[in-house]
Amino acid sequence: MISEIGKYLMVIFQAFKKPDKGSVFLKQLVIDFRALGVSSIGLVAFISLFTGGIIALQTAYNIDNPLVPMWLIGYTTKQMMILEFSPTIISLILVGKVGSSIASEIGTMRVTQQIDALEVMGINPANYLILPKITAAMIYNPILIVFSMGVGLFGGWFSVVITGQVTSVAFVDGLQSFWDPFSITYALIKTVVFAFILASVAGYKGFTVQGGSVEVGKASTQAVVISSVLIIIFDLLLTQMLLT
Amino acid sequence: MIEVKNISKSFDGQEVLKNISTTFEKGKTNLIIGQSGSGKTVLMKCCIGLLDTDEGEIKFDGRRFSNLKGTNQKNVRKEMGVLFQGGALFDSYTVEENVMFPLNMFSDITLEEKRARVNEVLTHVNLENVNSKYPSEISGGMIKRVAIARAIALNPKYLFCDEPNSGLDPKTAEVIDELISELTEKFQMTTVINTHDMNSVLQIGQKIAFIYKGQLWWEGNHKGILETTNEELNDFVFSTELTRRLKHR
Repeated sequence: MISEIGKYLMVIFQAFKKPDKGSVFLKQLVIDFRALGVSSIGLVAFISLFTGGIIALQTAYNIDNPLVPMWLIGYTTKQMMILEFSPTIISLILVGKVGSSIASEIGTMRVTQQIDALEVMGINPANYLILPKITAAMIYNPILIVFSMGVGLFGGWFSVVITGQVTSVAFVDGLQSFWDPFSITYALIKTVVFAFILASVAGYKGFTVQGGSVEVGKASTQAVVISSVLIIIFDLLLTQMLLT
Repeated sequence: MIEVKNISKSFDGQEVLKNISTTFEKGKTNLIIGQSGSGKTVLMKCCIGLLDTDEGEIKFDGRRFSNLKGTNQKNVRKEMGVLFQGGALFDSYTVEENVMFPLNMFSDITLEEKRARVNEVLTHVNLENVNSKYPSEISGGMIKRVAIARAIALNPKYLFCDEPNSGLDPKTAEVIDELISELTEKFQMTTVINTHDMNSVLQIGQKIAFIYKGQLWWEGNHKGILETTNEELNDFVFSTELTRRLKHR
Protein backbone atom coordinates (compact mmCIF):
# COMPACT_ATOMS: atom_id res chain seq x y z
CA MET A 1 0.00 0.00 0.00
CA ILE A 2 2.85 2.42 0.86
CA SER A 3 4.46 1.55 -2.46
CA GLU A 4 1.15 2.26 -4.23
CA ILE A 5 0.86 5.66 -2.52
CA GLY A 6 4.45 6.41 -3.51
CA LYS A 7 3.75 5.54 -7.15
CA TYR A 8 0.58 7.64 -7.08
CA LEU A 9 2.49 10.65 -5.73
CA MET A 10 5.20 10.24 -8.37
CA VAL A 11 2.64 10.18 -11.20
CA ILE A 12 0.80 13.19 -9.77
CA PHE A 13 4.11 15.02 -9.32
CA GLN A 14 4.86 14.40 -13.01
CA ALA A 15 1.33 15.50 -13.94
CA PHE A 16 1.68 18.82 -12.11
CA LYS A 17 4.79 19.93 -13.98
CA LYS A 18 4.55 22.90 -16.33
CA PRO A 19 2.75 21.87 -19.55
CA ASP A 20 5.01 21.43 -22.60
CA LYS A 21 2.89 23.92 -24.53
CA GLY A 22 0.21 26.17 -23.02
CA SER A 23 -1.99 26.28 -26.12
CA VAL A 24 -2.06 22.48 -26.37
CA PHE A 25 -2.95 22.25 -22.66
CA LEU A 26 -5.84 24.69 -23.09
CA LYS A 27 -7.12 22.78 -26.12
CA GLN A 28 -7.00 19.53 -24.15
CA LEU A 29 -8.74 21.26 -21.21
CA VAL A 30 -11.63 22.32 -23.45
CA ILE A 31 -11.94 18.76 -24.79
CA ASP A 32 -12.02 17.43 -21.22
CA PHE A 33 -14.58 20.04 -20.13
CA ARG A 34 -16.84 18.71 -22.84
CA ALA A 35 -16.09 15.04 -22.25
CA LEU A 36 -16.19 15.05 -18.46
CA GLY A 37 -18.43 17.98 -17.57
CA VAL A 38 -20.93 18.92 -20.25
CA SER A 39 -21.78 15.28 -20.94
CA SER A 40 -22.71 14.81 -17.26
CA ILE A 41 -25.29 17.62 -17.10
CA GLY A 42 -28.23 15.42 -18.13
CA LEU A 43 -27.44 12.70 -15.60
CA VAL A 44 -26.86 15.19 -12.78
CA ALA A 45 -30.08 17.06 -13.59
CA PHE A 46 -32.14 13.85 -13.70
CA ILE A 47 -30.81 12.45 -10.43
CA SER A 48 -30.94 15.79 -8.58
CA LEU A 49 -34.49 16.56 -9.72
CA PHE A 50 -35.86 13.24 -8.55
CA THR A 51 -33.81 13.04 -5.37
CA GLY A 52 -34.85 16.57 -4.37
CA GLY A 53 -38.44 15.50 -4.87
CA ILE A 54 -37.96 12.29 -2.88
CA ILE A 55 -36.25 14.08 0.03
CA ALA A 56 -39.08 16.62 0.23
CA LEU A 57 -41.80 13.96 0.04
CA GLN A 58 -40.11 11.74 2.65
CA THR A 59 -39.70 14.72 4.99
CA ALA A 60 -43.37 15.61 4.53
CA TYR A 61 -44.35 11.99 5.19
CA ASN A 62 -42.41 11.94 8.45
CA ILE A 63 -43.89 15.18 9.75
CA ASP A 64 -47.22 14.07 11.16
CA ASN A 65 -47.20 16.30 14.23
CA PRO A 66 -49.39 19.39 13.62
CA LEU A 67 -47.14 21.37 15.97
CA VAL A 68 -44.18 21.02 13.60
CA PRO A 69 -44.22 23.91 11.10
CA MET A 70 -44.54 22.95 7.42
CA TRP A 71 -41.69 25.23 6.33
CA LEU A 72 -39.44 22.61 7.89
CA ILE A 73 -39.91 20.52 4.72
CA GLY A 74 -38.26 23.22 2.61
CA TYR A 75 -35.56 23.76 5.23
CA THR A 76 -34.71 20.04 5.50
CA THR A 77 -34.65 19.62 1.72
CA LYS A 78 -32.29 22.59 1.42
CA GLN A 79 -29.95 21.37 4.14
CA MET A 80 -29.79 17.83 2.78
CA MET A 81 -29.26 18.90 -0.81
CA ILE A 82 -26.62 21.53 -0.07
CA LEU A 83 -24.69 19.87 2.72
CA GLU A 84 -24.61 16.27 1.62
CA PHE A 85 -26.54 15.11 -1.41
CA SER A 86 -25.18 17.45 -4.08
CA PRO A 87 -21.51 17.55 -3.07
CA THR A 88 -21.09 13.95 -1.91
CA ILE A 89 -23.65 11.76 -3.63
CA ILE A 90 -23.33 13.52 -6.99
CA SER A 91 -19.52 13.26 -6.67
CA LEU A 92 -19.90 9.51 -6.05
CA ILE A 93 -22.13 9.23 -9.11
CA LEU A 94 -19.55 11.17 -11.13
CA VAL A 95 -16.86 8.75 -9.92
CA GLY A 96 -18.84 5.96 -11.58
CA LYS A 97 -19.32 7.88 -14.81
CA VAL A 98 -16.28 10.12 -15.18
CA GLY A 99 -13.74 8.18 -13.10
CA SER A 100 -14.24 4.93 -14.96
CA SER A 101 -14.14 6.81 -18.26
CA ILE A 102 -10.80 8.47 -17.38
CA ALA A 103 -9.23 5.22 -16.16
CA SER A 104 -10.33 3.21 -19.19
CA GLU A 105 -9.36 5.92 -21.69
CA ILE A 106 -5.85 6.38 -20.29
CA GLY A 107 -5.48 2.64 -19.63
CA THR A 108 -6.33 1.83 -23.24
CA MET A 109 -3.78 4.40 -24.37
CA ARG A 110 -1.19 2.66 -22.18
CA VAL A 111 -1.80 -0.87 -23.50
CA THR A 112 -1.91 0.30 -27.13
CA GLN A 113 1.45 2.09 -26.71
CA GLN A 114 -0.06 5.55 -27.28
CA ILE A 115 1.52 6.70 -23.99
CA ASP A 116 4.88 5.24 -25.09
CA ALA A 117 4.47 7.22 -28.32
CA LEU A 118 3.98 10.43 -26.32
CA GLU A 119 7.00 9.64 -24.18
CA VAL A 120 9.37 9.00 -27.09
CA MET A 121 8.20 12.23 -28.70
CA GLY A 122 9.64 13.97 -25.64
CA ILE A 123 6.23 14.80 -24.15
CA ASN A 124 5.45 14.33 -20.46
CA PRO A 125 2.47 11.94 -20.84
CA ALA A 126 1.21 12.29 -17.25
CA ASN A 127 1.14 16.04 -17.67
CA TYR A 128 -0.46 15.90 -21.12
CA LEU A 129 -3.15 13.36 -20.17
CA ILE A 130 -3.88 13.73 -16.46
CA LEU A 131 -3.43 17.44 -15.63
CA PRO A 132 -6.18 18.70 -18.00
CA LYS A 133 -8.57 16.10 -16.59
CA ILE A 134 -7.85 17.07 -12.97
CA THR A 135 -8.15 20.76 -13.85
CA ALA A 136 -11.39 20.22 -15.78
CA ALA A 137 -12.91 18.19 -12.93
CA MET A 138 -11.87 20.74 -10.28
CA ILE A 139 -13.39 23.61 -12.27
CA TYR A 140 -16.43 21.88 -13.70
CA ASN A 141 -17.59 19.74 -10.76
CA PRO A 142 -18.38 22.75 -8.51
CA ILE A 143 -20.48 24.18 -11.37
CA LEU A 144 -22.29 20.84 -11.68
CA ILE A 145 -22.83 20.68 -7.94
CA VAL A 146 -24.33 24.19 -7.73
CA PHE A 147 -26.53 23.23 -10.68
CA SER A 148 -27.51 20.04 -8.84
CA MET A 149 -28.48 22.05 -5.74
CA GLY A 150 -30.74 24.32 -7.77
CA VAL A 151 -32.39 21.47 -9.68
CA GLY A 152 -32.80 19.40 -6.48
CA LEU A 153 -34.49 22.24 -4.63
CA PHE A 154 -36.78 22.80 -7.59
CA GLY A 155 -37.59 19.07 -7.61
CA GLY A 156 -38.39 19.24 -3.91
CA TRP A 157 -40.62 22.29 -4.34
CA PHE A 158 -42.40 20.79 -7.35
CA SER A 159 -43.10 17.40 -5.76
CA VAL A 160 -44.55 18.65 -2.49
CA VAL A 161 -46.48 21.56 -3.98
CA ILE A 162 -48.04 19.52 -6.79
CA THR A 163 -49.05 16.75 -4.36
CA GLY A 164 -50.50 19.29 -1.95
CA GLN A 165 -48.23 18.37 0.97
CA VAL A 166 -47.30 21.97 1.59
CA THR A 167 -47.94 25.37 0.07
CA SER A 168 -45.38 26.98 -2.19
CA VAL A 169 -45.03 29.89 0.24
CA ALA A 170 -44.27 27.57 3.20
CA PHE A 171 -41.71 25.60 1.22
CA VAL A 172 -39.91 28.73 0.00
CA ASP A 173 -40.07 30.11 3.52
CA GLY A 174 -38.25 26.98 4.65
CA LEU A 175 -35.61 27.42 1.96
CA GLN A 176 -34.93 30.94 3.22
CA SER A 177 -34.89 30.04 6.91
CA PHE A 178 -31.60 29.99 8.84
CA TRP A 179 -29.66 30.75 5.68
CA ASP A 180 -25.93 30.26 6.23
CA PRO A 181 -23.75 31.12 3.23
CA PHE A 182 -20.95 29.02 4.70
CA SER A 183 -22.92 25.88 3.88
CA ILE A 184 -22.32 26.66 0.19
CA THR A 185 -18.62 27.30 0.85
CA TYR A 186 -18.43 24.00 2.75
CA ALA A 187 -20.13 22.14 -0.12
CA LEU A 188 -17.82 23.68 -2.73
CA ILE A 189 -14.67 22.92 -0.71
CA LYS A 190 -15.78 19.30 -0.47
CA THR A 191 -16.59 19.20 -4.17
CA VAL A 192 -13.17 20.51 -5.21
CA VAL A 193 -11.40 17.95 -2.98
CA PHE A 194 -13.62 15.13 -4.29
CA ALA A 195 -13.00 16.23 -7.89
CA PHE A 196 -9.25 16.05 -7.31
CA ILE A 197 -9.56 12.58 -5.78
CA LEU A 198 -11.80 11.40 -8.61
CA ALA A 199 -9.62 12.60 -11.50
CA SER A 200 -6.22 11.93 -9.95
CA VAL A 201 -6.97 8.38 -8.75
CA ALA A 202 -8.65 7.45 -12.05
CA GLY A 203 -5.80 9.04 -14.03
CA TYR A 204 -3.20 7.19 -11.94
CA LYS A 205 -4.93 3.81 -12.23
CA GLY A 206 -5.24 4.20 -16.00
CA PHE A 207 -1.70 5.48 -16.39
CA THR A 208 -0.13 2.55 -14.56
CA VAL A 209 -2.06 -0.27 -16.26
CA GLN A 210 0.11 -3.16 -17.41
CA GLY A 211 -1.22 -5.90 -19.64
CA GLY A 212 -4.27 -5.88 -21.87
CA SER A 213 -7.99 -5.23 -21.97
CA VAL A 214 -8.71 -7.30 -18.84
CA GLU A 215 -6.29 -5.17 -16.82
CA VAL A 216 -7.87 -1.98 -18.22
CA GLY A 217 -11.25 -3.19 -16.93
CA LYS A 218 -9.75 -4.03 -13.53
CA ALA A 219 -8.05 -0.63 -13.33
CA SER A 220 -11.32 1.09 -14.14
CA THR A 221 -13.12 -0.83 -11.38
CA GLN A 222 -10.31 -0.15 -8.89
CA ALA A 223 -10.41 3.55 -9.75
CA VAL A 224 -14.13 3.69 -8.92
CA VAL A 225 -13.77 1.70 -5.69
CA ILE A 226 -10.72 3.56 -4.37
CA SER A 227 -12.12 6.99 -5.28
CA SER A 228 -15.46 6.19 -3.64
CA VAL A 229 -13.80 5.02 -0.42
CA LEU A 230 -11.52 8.07 -0.33
CA ILE A 231 -14.44 10.42 -0.97
CA ILE A 232 -16.39 8.99 1.96
CA ILE A 233 -13.34 9.19 4.25
CA PHE A 234 -12.56 12.76 3.21
CA ASP A 235 -16.24 13.67 3.59
CA LEU A 236 -16.04 12.75 7.25
CA LEU A 237 -12.68 14.49 7.75
CA LEU A 238 -13.77 17.70 6.01
CA THR A 239 -17.07 17.76 7.85
CA GLN A 240 -15.23 17.40 11.14
CA MET A 241 -12.78 20.16 10.19
CA LEU A 242 -15.24 22.62 8.66
CA LEU A 243 -18.50 22.21 10.53
CA THR A 244 -17.54 21.40 14.10
CA MET B 1 25.01 7.07 -36.36
CA ILE B 2 23.93 5.33 -33.17
CA GLU B 3 26.56 3.55 -31.09
CA VAL B 4 25.54 0.87 -28.61
CA LYS B 5 28.39 0.06 -26.23
CA ASN B 6 28.43 -2.88 -23.83
CA ILE B 7 24.83 -2.59 -22.73
CA SER B 8 23.27 -5.04 -20.32
CA LYS B 9 19.77 -5.18 -18.92
CA SER B 10 18.16 -7.48 -16.35
CA PHE B 11 14.63 -7.92 -15.08
CA ASP B 12 14.20 -9.48 -11.62
CA GLY B 13 17.70 -10.93 -11.75
CA GLN B 14 17.24 -12.43 -15.21
CA GLU B 15 19.71 -11.02 -17.72
CA VAL B 16 17.87 -10.13 -20.93
CA LEU B 17 20.66 -8.24 -22.70
CA LYS B 18 24.26 -9.32 -22.20
CA ASN B 19 27.04 -6.91 -23.04
CA ILE B 20 25.75 -5.88 -26.48
CA SER B 21 27.84 -3.58 -28.67
CA THR B 22 26.94 -2.56 -32.20
CA THR B 23 26.48 0.48 -34.40
CA PHE B 24 23.51 1.58 -36.48
CA GLU B 25 24.65 3.48 -39.52
CA LYS B 26 23.33 6.70 -41.04
CA GLY B 27 21.39 6.44 -44.31
CA LYS B 28 20.99 2.68 -43.90
CA THR B 29 18.23 0.39 -42.76
CA ASN B 30 19.68 -1.35 -39.70
CA LEU B 31 17.76 -4.47 -38.71
CA ILE B 32 17.66 -6.14 -35.31
CA ILE B 33 16.51 -9.72 -35.76
CA GLY B 34 16.01 -12.64 -33.43
CA GLN B 35 13.46 -15.06 -32.09
CA SER B 36 10.64 -13.95 -29.80
CA GLY B 37 12.11 -13.49 -26.32
CA SER B 38 15.65 -12.99 -27.60
CA GLY B 39 15.79 -9.42 -26.26
CA LYS B 40 15.45 -7.40 -29.44
CA THR B 41 12.46 -5.39 -28.18
CA VAL B 42 14.30 -4.64 -24.93
CA LEU B 43 17.30 -3.47 -26.98
CA MET B 44 15.09 -1.13 -28.99
CA LYS B 45 13.35 0.17 -25.86
CA CYS B 46 16.76 0.94 -24.36
CA CYS B 47 17.72 2.77 -27.56
CA ILE B 48 14.64 5.00 -27.49
CA GLY B 49 14.85 5.57 -23.73
CA LEU B 50 11.72 3.70 -22.66
CA LEU B 51 13.98 1.48 -20.54
CA ASP B 52 17.14 2.41 -18.67
CA THR B 53 20.18 0.22 -19.22
CA ASP B 54 21.92 -1.43 -16.26
CA GLU B 55 25.36 -1.07 -17.83
CA GLY B 56 26.91 0.42 -20.95
CA GLU B 57 25.92 3.44 -22.99
CA ILE B 58 24.10 4.48 -26.13
CA LYS B 59 25.32 7.45 -28.14
CA PHE B 60 23.47 9.37 -30.83
CA ASP B 61 26.06 10.99 -33.10
CA GLY B 62 28.48 11.11 -30.18
CA ARG B 63 25.91 12.38 -27.65
CA ARG B 64 25.37 10.08 -24.69
CA PHE B 65 21.65 9.23 -24.45
CA SER B 66 21.36 6.20 -22.20
CA ASN B 67 19.91 6.95 -18.74
CA LEU B 68 19.58 10.66 -19.56
CA LYS B 69 16.69 12.45 -17.86
CA GLY B 70 14.75 15.67 -18.24
CA THR B 71 15.54 18.28 -20.85
CA ASN B 72 18.68 16.54 -22.12
CA GLN B 73 16.71 13.40 -22.92
CA LYS B 74 13.89 15.45 -24.43
CA ASN B 75 16.25 17.24 -26.80
CA VAL B 76 17.52 13.97 -28.28
CA ARG B 77 14.00 12.53 -28.41
CA LYS B 78 12.84 15.43 -30.57
CA GLU B 79 15.20 14.09 -33.22
CA MET B 80 13.64 10.62 -33.11
CA GLY B 81 10.68 9.16 -34.93
CA VAL B 82 9.22 5.92 -33.68
CA LEU B 83 6.87 3.55 -35.46
CA PHE B 84 5.23 1.27 -32.91
CA GLN B 85 4.05 -2.25 -33.64
CA GLY B 86 0.35 -1.36 -33.69
CA GLY B 87 0.90 2.16 -35.01
CA ALA B 88 -0.03 3.74 -31.64
CA LEU B 89 -2.11 6.41 -33.36
CA PHE B 90 -4.28 8.48 -31.03
CA ASP B 91 -7.79 7.02 -31.38
CA SER B 92 -9.62 10.26 -30.71
CA TYR B 93 -7.68 12.22 -33.34
CA THR B 94 -8.12 12.19 -37.10
CA VAL B 95 -5.27 11.21 -39.42
CA GLU B 96 -4.46 14.89 -39.93
CA GLU B 97 -4.49 15.62 -36.18
CA ASN B 98 -2.28 12.60 -35.51
CA VAL B 99 0.34 13.69 -38.04
CA MET B 100 0.06 17.31 -36.92
CA PHE B 101 0.50 16.37 -33.25
CA PRO B 102 4.32 16.61 -33.09
CA LEU B 103 4.16 19.85 -35.09
CA ASN B 104 1.68 21.31 -32.56
CA MET B 105 3.93 20.32 -29.70
CA PHE B 106 7.33 21.30 -31.03
CA SER B 107 6.99 23.90 -33.76
CA ASP B 108 5.72 27.45 -33.91
CA ILE B 109 4.66 27.44 -37.56
CA THR B 110 1.18 28.61 -38.61
CA LEU B 111 -1.79 26.30 -39.05
CA GLU B 112 -1.54 26.61 -42.84
CA GLU B 113 2.13 25.64 -42.74
CA LYS B 114 1.31 22.70 -40.48
CA ARG B 115 -1.42 21.54 -42.88
CA ALA B 116 0.99 21.84 -45.80
CA ARG B 117 3.59 19.77 -43.90
CA VAL B 118 0.96 17.15 -43.01
CA ASN B 119 -0.06 16.83 -46.66
CA GLU B 120 3.60 16.67 -47.69
CA VAL B 121 4.44 13.78 -45.36
CA LEU B 122 1.20 11.97 -46.18
CA THR B 123 2.18 12.21 -49.83
CA HIS B 124 5.59 10.74 -48.94
CA VAL B 125 3.82 7.68 -47.55
CA ASN B 126 1.44 7.53 -50.52
CA LEU B 127 -1.68 8.52 -48.64
CA GLU B 128 -4.17 11.05 -49.92
CA ASN B 129 -7.74 12.05 -49.01
CA VAL B 130 -7.63 10.39 -45.61
CA ASN B 131 -6.98 13.52 -43.54
CA SER B 132 -10.39 13.57 -41.90
CA LYS B 133 -10.62 9.85 -41.20
CA TYR B 134 -10.11 8.34 -37.76
CA PRO B 135 -7.69 5.42 -37.17
CA SER B 136 -10.66 3.07 -36.72
CA GLU B 137 -11.82 3.94 -40.25
CA ILE B 138 -8.64 2.98 -42.12
CA SER B 139 -6.87 -0.33 -42.82
CA GLY B 140 -3.90 -1.80 -40.92
CA GLY B 141 -1.49 -0.90 -43.72
CA MET B 142 -2.79 2.67 -43.81
CA ILE B 143 -2.42 2.93 -40.01
CA LYS B 144 1.26 1.95 -40.37
CA ARG B 145 1.73 4.54 -43.10
CA VAL B 146 0.05 7.28 -41.05
CA ALA B 147 2.29 6.28 -38.11
CA ILE B 148 5.34 6.60 -40.38
CA ALA B 149 4.07 9.99 -41.55
CA ARG B 150 3.73 11.11 -37.92
CA ALA B 151 7.19 9.74 -37.13
CA ILE B 152 8.84 11.73 -39.95
CA ALA B 153 6.76 14.93 -39.56
CA LEU B 154 9.55 16.71 -37.68
CA ASN B 155 12.31 15.49 -40.03
CA PRO B 156 13.89 13.12 -37.52
CA LYS B 157 17.52 12.06 -37.73
CA TYR B 158 16.71 8.65 -36.27
CA LEU B 159 13.79 6.40 -37.16
CA PHE B 160 12.93 3.37 -35.04
CA CYS B 161 10.42 0.81 -36.26
CA ASP B 162 9.16 -1.97 -34.02
CA GLU B 163 7.84 -4.90 -36.07
CA PRO B 164 6.59 -2.66 -38.90
CA ASN B 165 5.12 -5.62 -40.80
CA SER B 166 3.30 -7.40 -38.03
CA GLY B 167 -0.32 -8.08 -38.87
CA LEU B 168 0.07 -7.10 -42.53
CA ASP B 169 -0.37 -9.24 -45.63
CA PRO B 170 2.88 -9.97 -47.57
CA LYS B 171 2.16 -7.43 -50.29
CA THR B 172 1.36 -4.58 -47.91
CA ALA B 173 4.36 -5.60 -45.78
CA GLU B 174 6.59 -5.23 -48.85
CA VAL B 175 5.13 -1.78 -49.55
CA ILE B 176 5.90 -0.70 -45.96
CA ASP B 177 9.46 -2.10 -46.24
CA GLU B 178 10.10 -0.25 -49.48
CA LEU B 179 8.65 2.93 -48.03
CA ILE B 180 10.89 2.82 -44.95
CA SER B 181 13.90 2.05 -47.12
CA GLU B 182 13.14 4.91 -49.54
CA LEU B 183 12.57 7.42 -46.74
CA THR B 184 15.80 6.35 -45.03
CA GLU B 185 17.79 6.95 -48.16
CA LYS B 186 15.99 10.13 -49.16
CA PHE B 187 16.27 11.84 -45.77
CA GLN B 188 19.55 10.15 -44.75
CA MET B 189 18.10 8.95 -41.45
CA THR B 190 19.60 6.33 -39.18
CA THR B 191 16.83 3.74 -39.30
CA VAL B 192 16.63 0.85 -36.85
CA ILE B 193 14.04 -1.84 -37.52
CA ASN B 194 13.12 -4.56 -35.11
CA THR B 195 11.74 -7.52 -37.07
CA HIS B 196 11.53 -11.26 -37.49
CA ASP B 197 10.09 -11.02 -40.98
CA MET B 198 12.52 -12.79 -43.31
CA ASN B 199 11.22 -10.97 -46.39
CA SER B 200 12.23 -7.68 -44.75
CA VAL B 201 15.61 -9.12 -43.81
CA LEU B 202 16.37 -10.19 -47.35
CA GLN B 203 14.88 -7.12 -49.00
CA ILE B 204 16.07 -4.15 -46.93
CA GLY B 205 18.66 -5.53 -44.50
CA GLN B 206 21.61 -3.26 -45.26
CA LYS B 207 22.95 -3.92 -41.77
CA ILE B 208 21.68 -6.84 -39.70
CA ALA B 209 22.28 -7.60 -36.02
CA PHE B 210 21.15 -11.06 -34.90
CA ILE B 211 20.33 -11.28 -31.19
CA TYR B 212 20.39 -14.74 -29.66
CA LYS B 213 19.56 -15.32 -25.99
CA GLY B 214 20.32 -11.69 -25.17
CA GLN B 215 23.70 -11.64 -26.93
CA LEU B 216 24.80 -10.15 -30.22
CA TRP B 217 25.41 -13.38 -32.11
CA TRP B 218 26.06 -12.24 -35.66
CA GLU B 219 26.35 -9.05 -37.71
CA GLY B 220 26.28 -8.60 -41.46
CA ASN B 221 23.93 -7.74 -44.31
CA HIS B 222 21.21 -9.41 -46.40
CA LYS B 223 23.74 -10.99 -48.72
CA GLY B 224 25.91 -12.39 -45.97
CA ILE B 225 22.98 -13.89 -44.13
CA LEU B 226 22.38 -16.39 -46.96
CA GLU B 227 25.96 -17.60 -46.87
CA THR B 228 26.64 -17.70 -43.15
CA THR B 229 27.63 -20.92 -41.40
CA ASN B 230 26.47 -19.67 -38.03
CA GLU B 231 24.28 -22.52 -36.79
CA GLU B 232 21.87 -20.50 -34.60
CA LEU B 233 21.38 -17.89 -37.31
CA ASN B 234 20.75 -20.58 -39.92
CA ASP B 235 18.20 -22.19 -37.62
CA PHE B 236 16.41 -18.87 -37.32
CA VAL B 237 16.65 -17.71 -40.95
CA PHE B 238 15.92 -21.03 -42.61
CA SER B 239 13.20 -22.18 -40.27
CA THR B 240 10.49 -22.08 -42.95
CA GLU B 241 10.10 -24.22 -46.05
CA LEU B 242 10.21 -21.13 -48.25
CA THR B 243 13.58 -19.90 -46.98
CA ARG B 244 15.06 -23.42 -47.08
CA ARG B 245 14.12 -23.66 -50.78
CA LEU B 246 15.70 -20.26 -51.36
CA LYS B 247 18.95 -21.45 -49.83
CA HIS B 248 19.08 -24.62 -51.96
CA ARG B 249 18.64 -22.72 -55.22
